[in-house]
Amino acid sequence: MPVPQKTGAAKAKQGPNSLPKATASKGTKAASKKKDDEDGADLGEGGEDWTQGKTLVKPPDQLDLTEAELKEEFTRILTANNPHAPQNIVRYSFKERSYKAVSSVDQLAVHFVLDGNLLHRDSDEARRQRAKQGLPEENPMDAAVETDEEKTETPAAEAEEEAGEEGGAEERPDSVEVKGGGQKAANQFNFSERASQTLNNPLRERECQTEPPPCANFSATANQWEIYDAYLEELHKQEKIKEKQKALPTKKDEDKGKKKMMMVEMQSDDISKVSKAAKIVERMVNQNTFDDIAQDFKYFEDASDEFRDQEGTLLPLWKFQYDKAKRLAVTALCWNENNRDLFAVGLGSYDFTKQGRGMLLFYSLKNPTYPECTYHTTTGLMCLDIHPKLPHLVAVGFYDGCVGVYSLKEEGTQPIYKSTAKSGKHTDPVWQVRWQGDDMDHNHNFFSVSSDGRVVSWTLVKNELVYTDIIKLSLEGSPSDGTEGMQLPTMACGTSFDFHKQIDYLFLVGTEEGKIHKCSKAYSSQFLQTYDAHNMAVDAVKWNHFHPKVFISCSSDWTVKIWDHTIDTPMFTFDLNSAVGDVAWSPYSSTVFAAVTSDGRVHVFDLSINKYEAICQQPVVAKKKTKLTHIQFNPEHPIVIVGDDRGYVNSLKLSPNLRKKPKVSRPRPKGTHNGSAVHSPFGPSMIFLFFFISFFCRHSYIPIIT
Amino acid sequence: MAEVEETLKRIQTHKGVIGTIVVNAEGIPIRTTLDNSTTVQYAGLLHQLTIKARSTVRDIDPQNDLTFLRIRSKKHEIMVAPDKEYLLIVIQNPSE
Repeated sequence: MPVPQKTGAAKAKQGPNSLPKATASKGTKAASKKKDDEDGADLGEGGEDWTQGKTLVKPPDQLDLTEAELKEEFTRILTANNPHAPQNIVRYSFKERSYKAVSSVDQLAVHFVLDGNLLHRDSDEARRQRAKQGLPEENPMDAAVETDEEKTETPAAEAEEEAGEEGGAEERPDSVEVKGGGQKAANQFNFSERASQTLNNPLRERECQTEPPPCANFSATANQWEIYDAYLEELHKQEKIKEKQKALPTKKDEDKGKKKMMMVEMQSDDISKVSKAAKIVERMVNQNTFDDIAQDFKYFEDASDEFRDQEGTLLPLWKFQYDKAKRLAVTALCWNENNRDLFAVGLGSYDFTKQGRGMLLFYSLKNPTYPECTYHTTTGLMCLDIHPKLPHLVAVGFYDGCVGVYSLKEEGTQPIYKSTAKSGKHTDPVWQVRWQGDDMDHNHNFFSVSSDGRVVSWTLVKNELVYTDIIKLSLEGSPSDGTEGMQLPTMACGTSFDFHKQIDYLFLVGTEEGKIHKCSKAYSSQFLQTYDAHNMAVDAVKWNHFHPKVFISCSSDWTVKIWDHTIDTPMFTFDLNSAVGDVAWSPYSSTVFAAVTSDGRVHVFDLSINKYEAICQQPVVAKKKTKLTHIQFNPEHPIVIVGDDRGYVNSLKLSPNLRKKPKVSRPRPKGTHNGSAVHSPFGPSMIFLFFFISFFCRHSYIPIIT
Repeated sequence: MAEVEETLKRIQTHKGVIGTIVVNAEGIPIRTTLDNSTTVQYAGLLHQLTIKARSTVRDIDPQNDLTFLRIRSKKHEIMVAPDKEYLLIVIQNPSE
């Protein structure tokens, strides 16, 4: 701002003004200086200059100062501090979350800003402008002259003119207008362009940290079987849903029952689930203990057989015993056709004076120490038979004349079927039961024979046993003789029977009187034939597995007899020196059979080797008094089981000599046949047929029965 | 229930049987006839072994399953019967 002040001073020189003016100007200067101090550096000074530049009017109340006063010097110091700037600015600090004093304050104050846009007259731009506005070219010449003249003047004058120009900005356009001849020219100076920048909003960054969510590592491999299980589970679910939808109406009652069951089962849950595992382990423990027996069963063959020529031996294997069955006698034995290691044992008593409870046991060769299944009965069991095709069905006959059927599939300790007094139960002990093929309505049925002289067919219909009397045995040859009323006391007592393997209707019945009747299912009142077989009760009668005409019978009169059913007299008779409890044909050879006697011996015969004597006679009981009651060949393995009257069952392995299979190419020479002391109707051709059939059956493993 | 109890009792009283352990799915013994430390050791180790063995069998054929595992050692035979949720471990001295 020194320029205006200078101009002020220059004017004072130029003008005719005397001292007071100067003083006045000085006064103003001083005043202005004072004002400076008060108001700030250059506030309003410029504006004052402009006004004072033209009119130097002295205010009336101006002080008149003396020379001395005027010369007095005042020293003032200009500082860069802005007195208006605030000293106590505080700002909020996001960082420290509090208000903080700001130390640095902006001291700059801007009062007025004006951008000028003057152009020099001689400059190209000015000329262009003039041309645009259509002004004459002379003006620049004049202007040039003027500027030349001006140049000669003092810089002060120049400055003055400049100031004048600036100050009389309004006059100029008029003059130009006058000069331009009425043309309107734009005001070259009354134009300002302003640009300003607004404050930018400060950028703020805001961050915060959250607690990390909990995470866990999980890794797994999907096996093939895991995938399989998952699919299977899904399948089960779907099936269950389907079942639920079907069984919705009847569900309620079942649920109640289930809940009760659940309550009962809940407590036993823990241990009952290992029942299967426990069973397996028990067998394995037994296998370890009886390892040597298992090895014998599988591999041992009596080497001495080779030197003994024809005789054989029996090797005792496992002994099956059950504490609760100790006082009972084995009354029946039967192998399971499907599981060849499993057999059923019926327990009761043959002593008329000591009748009591009975028992049905199932043993597996895999666990000789404890039965797989046990059923307790109130009366003694006398016979049993496992259904050949449905091995869970077991028909039994009791001493009190009842017959029943147990199902291993059903839980519970009672038979699923049982005959009652109303439904034709026998009035005497049932001595034998035997399953037959299903009837025309696909109902299972079995036959029974009892001391009351009836042979009855029992049919399993839904929940009951339906009986049909097949034949009534009478003492006379023909049951049709005599009046109905007189028949009862003359009834013969049936003790055993067997059905022909091929001819469906044909069967044999052995009686207590020692007779054997050949009967047909078709004739309920007539025997086809009667054999005077024994002097005492016939204990067993059995058809040969291979030869369709031959059957065997045994009796307490110490004898075993072999018959051709077309001939009245026996072909072979063997005296065993003791009551014969049971006899059984072997399943592998038509000529081999075994019998047990009450002196505790097992007798094995092979007619193809020796027709007169047993090839093996061996006592198999520990105590002398023990009587053997029954014997059964295993359908597959070379072993037999024998039961005694103390409730024990022994398994015995047949040595190689006892299970020789007959050869087809070696028909018996006549000599041996002729030497037979026993009355024998077997001709050579007969024997040949015998062998041929047995050979055929052995190799095909299908019995000729259809 | 009683039947299983009886079976377990029979196993335990069988000749040569040293101990019987029932282990649940987590490998925790829930029933034992042996002392504590032996039981825990047998249960833990055999549980792992059985899982591995079962996995092997099922990897070969998913429809197949492990039913029994027996380990014959110089001194004993260890028999493991895995059920759906439980393991039955029996240690037997077969030469006794």
